[in-house]
Amino acid sequence: MKRDKKRINVRAYLYSLPMGIWVTLFFAIPIAIILIYSFLEKGLYGGVEWRASLAAYKAILNPNFLIVIWRTVYISVIATAICLLLSFPASYAMARSRHQTLFLFLIIIPFWTNSLIRVYAWINLLSTEGLINNVLIKLGIISEPIPMIYNLFSVILVLVYMYLPFAILPLFTAIDRFDFSLLDAARDLGCGRLRAIILVMFPAIRSGFFNALIFTLIPIFGAYTVPLLVGGMGSTMVGNIIVDQVQKTRNWPLASAFSVILTLISMIGVMAMLGSGKKKEEMNEKLL
Amino acid sequence: MRSYYKEKRSFSFSNLCLFFVLLFLFLPLIVVIVYSFNSGRAMVWQGFSLNWYRELFTSSVGLWKALWNSIIIAITSSITATILGTAASIGIKWYRFKGRTYITVATYLPMILPDVIIGISMLIFFSSVNLPLGMFTIYASHTTFNLPFTFLLVSSRLDEFDYSTIEAARDLGAREYDTMVRVVIPSIFPGILSAFLMALTMSIEDFVITFFVSGPGSTTLPLYVYSSIRYGVSPVINALSLILILLSMAIAFTFRRFLKSFAASA
Repeated sequence: MKRDKKRINVRAYLYSLPMGIWVTLFFAIPIAIILIYSFLEKGLYGGVEWRASLAAYKAILNPNFLIVIWRTVYISVIATAICLLLSFPASYAMARSRHQTLFLFLIIIPFWTNSLIRVYAWINLLSTEGLINNVLIKLGIISEPIPMIYNLFSVILVLVYMYLPFAILPLFTAIDRFDFSLLDAARDLGCGRLRAIILVMFPAIRSGFFNALIFTLIPIFGAYTVPLLVGGMGSTMVGNIIVDQVQKTRNWPLASAFSVILTLISMIGVMAMLGSGKKKEEMNEKLL
Repeated sequence: MRSYYKEKRSFSFSNLCLFFVLLFLFLPLIVVIVYSFNSGRAMVWQGFSLNWYRELFTSSVGLWKALWNSIIIAITSSITATILGTAASIGIKWYRFKGRTYITVATYLPMILPDVIIGISMLIFFSSVNLPLGMFTIYASHTTFNLPFTFLLVSSRLDEFDYSTIEAARDLGAREYDTMVRVVIPSIFPGILSAFLMALTMSIEDFVITFFVSGPGSTTLPLYVYSSIRYGVSPVINALSLILILLSMAIAFTFRRFLKSFAASA
């Protein structure tokens, strides 16, 4: 199958090198730069001084930053868990439905609608003069508006909203490929309905589940826009700190150190998930 | 044989969940659409009006400029990413060579890293080499985050390609160029097209990375929406929302046959 397997071939480079050069220049080198900068001293007016230092990593240990890191973990775990809990029954219903295309269409429309428009829509609903508060006051249920925005609640809610399709699409694909007659077999052998789903279906859709997990957890962990627009002082996340270090404090080493840590956590997360069982070989085959 | 799971039960726990999920996904969009026809500025209904649409089409010069920038960036970066990704997937699928693993990993990594990291690393890189921020830096960053997707989509199409066709073409005396243009590209064209469309939508949609690498005069549509939200919300955004939602509906409807393979690739 593979052409000229072991021989070095000019054509191989002719085809692959343009992309290789591109990703080296615009991805590998920038990432290498922030890795190096994270071990340097901060320059007086932004930029860096070329003196080795661990100051940036020590600064991360500042309790104020540690709180934000902890909060980011906490928000990501809760929002991802809600996404997965909602999307499992929803994608199950979609896969079993006769109107799969219609439901996919309905899931994909919000997914393809500009993300800022979707955040903006929630601002209209949740803010103090927003629709929900207006309606509740008019109905006489509350007299004072409920603070529903610029807090942890609004950040988690909108994150769930934004990343729900990322969980539904891979789960739907996995459940759709599942052979449902296996469930019938399990029931004929005396297994309960829920037990059949847990014991027979869950193991079979494991890779879809991991995809859903990766594609929700990692972007939520690095979220920037949502906490910026619907979050408040008590709900900033690591993404916001990184940007503030670049734009406001102009502390490049600290921003770099945070980026390195966020990158490492994301990569460890992906490795851990892919490392589970034969998924790894499958993934390698797919990649190479 | 009677199937326990094929019973048509319209009311079940999972159907109820799906209903609530769809309600949750659409409620904010519907509210925005309804209020785009409101004559007042606030979230209180004050009567039907098309004022915000008039304002959108007549006195929002910045918005149209931003849309134009978005379109230019989307088209140029998607073409670049599709060409580079297609060529590289041929090289990497069919040949063994030094650096093959490196190129593959370096291409896929941006897909799993948070957007903020890609944006910041590119910003720091561009500032370090004194490249002024603007349309070119946006183009470069969009091409980079599109590459893993174009590469992945074309590669998976190549998996289904029957290599013996190439041997047949060779035996019949075709040179490399003819083999590519007449045999390979036509047969993997659906993959190339879906890669290109995927890249287009991702480029038009991107906010976070663009936010870091854009400069004065290179505002894209998401950046324009962002600054309208940040500095005084105008209901013009409601009117714009309807148009963008209709646009994503139109695209999804046009590609309704491919939605399933899109879901599988996402």
